Amino acid sequence: MSNALRLTALDALHRSLGATMTDFAGWDMPLRYGSERDEHNAVRTKAGLFDLSHMGEITVTGPQAVKLLDYALVGNISTVGVGRARYTHICQEDGGILDDLIVYRLGETEYMVVANASNAQVVLDALTERAAGFDAEVRDDRDAYALIAVQGPESPGILAQLTDADLDGLKYYAGLPGTVAGVPALIARTGYTGEDGFELFVKPEHAVQLWEALAKAGEGVGLVPCGLSCRDTLRLEAGMPLYGHELTTSLTPFDAGLGRVVKFEKEGDFVGRAALESAAERAATNPPRKLVGLVAEGRRVPRAGFSVVFGGEVVGEVTSGAPSPTLGKPIAMAYVDATYAAPGTSGVGVDIRGTHEPYEVVALPFYKRQK
Amino acid sequence: MSNPQQLRYTKEHEWVSAVDADGIATVGITKFAANALGDVVFAQLPAVGDTVTAGETCGELESTKSVSDLFAPVTGEVVEANQDVVDDPALVNNAPFEGGWLFKVKITDDSAELLSADEYTDFAG
Repeated sequence: MSNALRLTALDALHRSLGATMTDFAGWDMPLRYGSERDEHNAVRTKAGLFDLSHMGEITVTGPQAVKLLDYALVGNISTVGVGRARYTHICQEDGGILDDLIVYRLGETEYMVVANASNAQVVLDALTERAAGFDAEVRDDRDAYALIAVQGPESPGILAQLTDADLDGLKYYAGLPGTVAGVPALIARTGYTGEDGFELFVKPEHAVQLWEALAKAGEGVGLVPCGLSCRDTLRLEAGMPLYGHELTTSLTPFDAGLGRVVKFEKEGDFVGRAALESAAERAATNPPRKLVGLVAEGRRVPRAGFSVVFGGEVVGEVTSGAPSPTLGKPIAMAYVDATYAAPGTSGVGVDIRGTHEPYEVVALPFYKRQK
Repeated sequence: MSNPQQLRYTKEHEWVSAVDADGIATVGITKFAANALGDVVFAQLPAVGDTVTAGETCGELESTKSVSDLFAPVTGEVVEANQDVVDDPALVNNAPFEGGWLFKVKITDDSAELLSADEYTDFAG
């Protein structure tokens, strides 16, 4: 028996568009509306519209909100200005990654933490526990927001038709309150596709109105509704990690090649500091495995959990894999022994159901947009 | 979605045509299966000369999210594989009952139990 899936405010709309739905972290979400490859390509060349209402919003407010976040997270939140955002991690005491997050500073003493749907409760619980002794409030705002993303090179033009907000002044990883299509929204220039784009946090009761206005504004430039399937291939091409795949509690940010998010120079202690100092040392001197990109020479697709092999020995494991619409061949991210992690290493293969298919080790990302 | 009346079907979502004068039938996957797979990106089909056995795997179809085994709906010898599908696997999505056929087989044992179009439609929903 499975529990009833949670539905977003756009559920009826997805069904009317003929979406194939999928259970994602307990939410019934659009997987794709038509061809996921067409949706992927639309985001790369034009624009795509996503319902991301499953993401978990947690608001942190109060005089010591920033002190709490600096203690609870590995990033230096004190340096985030009002209207700016920061990618960061929340770790366990042993340095293991609990989740990757975006923290938006909405006001002098108000922050919104956006967690992955699958980890929202864990993050909420950790922040609540870590808030003890701080003059700050941690609030579960998961039901307070719907989240709609418009991503792709045409997205600024589409959004500009619907808002007076200063989009030119809104830099990557910035967010400002505004009005879009007549509804109040937090407009953030963030995303998970490797393209320019926006994420719009609105009240659930405004979601349908906003979605329809965006769909109409984008009609003439090729905007299409996009499901989670293409979101996964878009982020994979962009070399962006996905929690549960590249990031887990058994890995530290240093193991994942994301040590730069850990800010030892910030004031005061933070959860995981001691363990992460050791992890940084280990990663610099004697890394166990490294996260690399793999590009197929053949056409069979590596999937999460498949072994990376060299000369018949297992030397790593695939964490994400898919056919890349942009490269036209299968790609994967994998943790491999440091000996085999250098870009250009040859002789590496992936065990695809018993056959060792040849793969080339490449640097991440697979795709970077031209600015 | 409509499943052509002149074809026979399996619960693994393959279709098989009536045999021609030479005892050769054409095999493919249904539109239901193609939709469930999503974009097919790679088709590994049985080779000409292979013997396939009803109910056993004879190839695989890779889509964006997963790989699926291809089951032979009938027993016999493969006489042709659809090179157009190997070159452009999207044909399986775009025309599963027509240009997206997968292989042709000379049936050597016609005891395979197959579903009618109506039975398959009831099964697949």
